[in-house]
Amino acid sequence: MSFFEMGGYAAYIWPAFGVGALVLIGLLVISLRRLKSREAALLRLEAAGGGRRRRGRGDGDEEDAETEKEEASP
Amino acid sequence: MATKTKKAGIGLHFFANPARFLRFARKIFPWVAIVAVACIVAALVLGLAVVPADYRQGDAYRIIFVHVPASYMALMIYVIIALASAAGFIWRHPLADLIAKSSAPIGACFTFISLVTGSLWGEPMWGTWWVWDARITSMLVLLFLYLGYIALNSAYDDPTKGARASAILALVGAVNIPIIKFSVDWWNTLHQPATISKFDRPSMDASMIAPLLLMVVGFIAYYLAVLIIRLRSEIAARRIRNLRLAQVGG
Amino acid sequence: MVTAFFGLIGRDLRLAARGGIGSLVTVVFFVIAVSLFPLGVGPESALLERIAPGVLWVCALLATMLSLGRMFDEDFEDGSLEIIALGPLPLELVVLAKALAHWLITGLPLMIAAPVLAVLLNMSTEGFAVLMISLLLGTPTLSLIGSVGAALTVGLRRGGVLISLLVLPLYVPVLIFAVGAVEGAIFGLGEQANLLILAGGLLAALALTPWASAAALRMALE
Repeated sequence: MSFFEMGGYAAYIWPAFGVGALVLIGLLVISLRRLKSREAALLRLEAAGGGRRRRGRGDGDEEDAETEKEEASP
Repeated sequence: MATKTKKAGIGLHFFANPARFLRFARKIFPWVAIVAVACIVAALVLGLAVVPADYRQGDAYRIIFVHVPASYMALMIYVIIALASAAGFIWRHPLADLIAKSSAPIGACFTFISLVTGSLWGEPMWGTWWVWDARITSMLVLLFLYLGYIALNSAYDDPTKGARASAILALVGAVNIPIIKFSVDWWNTLHQPATISKFDRPSMDASMIAPLLLMVVGFIAYYLAVLIIRLRSEIAARRIRNLRLAQVGG
Repeated sequence: MVTAFFGLIGRDLRLAARGGIGSLVTVVFFVIAVSLFPLGVGPESALLERIAPGVLWVCALLATMLSLGRMFDEDFEDGSLEIIALGPLPLELVVLAKALAHWLITGLPLMIAAPVLAVLLNMSTEGFAVLMISLLLGTPTLSLIGSVGAALTVGLRRGGVLISLLVLPLYVPVLIFAVGAVEGAIFGLGEQANLLILAGGLLAALALTPWASAAALRMALE
């Protein structure tokens, strides 16, 4: 039991590690969620956009085309 | 000349293409994630259970196993932001801009952790939750710099403009950080609080170095993992934007 | 180029003069903010004497910051900034002229108001000369650093609030060394080192900030 008491400093040590874990895990979860929602939105847009080659004329076009192939293969 | 440009091309523009970066990121992501989890868990076990208590500070010193690595990460990530901003600003390297933007929230989180754990360490050691100690005060100013950077980056509707504006801010901030640090140290010697000098950093026992280093490595791996996630979502956001613009334009 | 430089300063001063009482808002804010302190912490003269240098400088910082939004915004909105940028003056010098004009409009009035407020706060007389020198060296630095924040937020909707977030952390060293100088003079610790660092900071800001602000303006004008 003495492990959790931390020599009387439990009230400081556990919150310190807890805040660290909370913030880092929270950031991870937020980042993952945003990635998921954006990738879903991207897929939806691409599906709706259909013949994108006709439209896209921006500088990101070539890169986009390449990523599309990349994502289609697996 | 030709080989030189080719070499520079590989180093600098290898990842200019987001598709290539995404492929690379997907390959290294599992490794980074494993290293992060393994190192952080190992550091926690060593730091909390194995390493003996400090003879002056008792068990309270164990907080430094989060506090010191977090402070270190906070500074390191700001340096990375400044370097990436310089690269993005000078060479218009698109991935560098994204790295700078995606790193900022992670750095701000580490700064926040550093402040909170410093405060939790200070209460038993110094008897107050907050001491205007030079190190803590510099960290507080660093947090403000991070917040300003994030706010400026998100204030622009056009992401390219936002990236360039915040790059300027990051560089100005990077020039200022040593000056701020110096000024805060100077200020601290003028207003030396009497209670502080009793406990400074605990004398480093050799057994303490292993958990510290492991935690630093774990935090770096964590940073890379979250950075990859955020970069992927930034790239996705840019493509969504391009698609929407193309649809409106078409 | 020299005439263009001073022409630009003169133009800004004339515009400010035409603004009438509006351009005195900064000083009025300074006076009001300082006089809130005795109301907040109590009229005890020993306490006020102790905190006077810090209060004066913090309020000077806030007053300068409040007026930064106007440095480029109006010119940007009515398009005159674009015309100035096309003129003979390099954008770096335009920024310098703008910052100098900003200092003449805000920093100089602050310097006039500061000794009066120092009397109200019961500041000890040893500090007065150094307070003035620290303001003379410090407030131009504030205007120069502020020009970066103003240039970065030009044309943004919520620019005003944003400026404070960008600029205040960068103001920390000026605050520390300026207050350090005044307190050094009051407590007999010597003010020279602090003042020299302030002067060095002013020179560094003169040399470096115009580049950063000009880069930001170029981006805004694109």
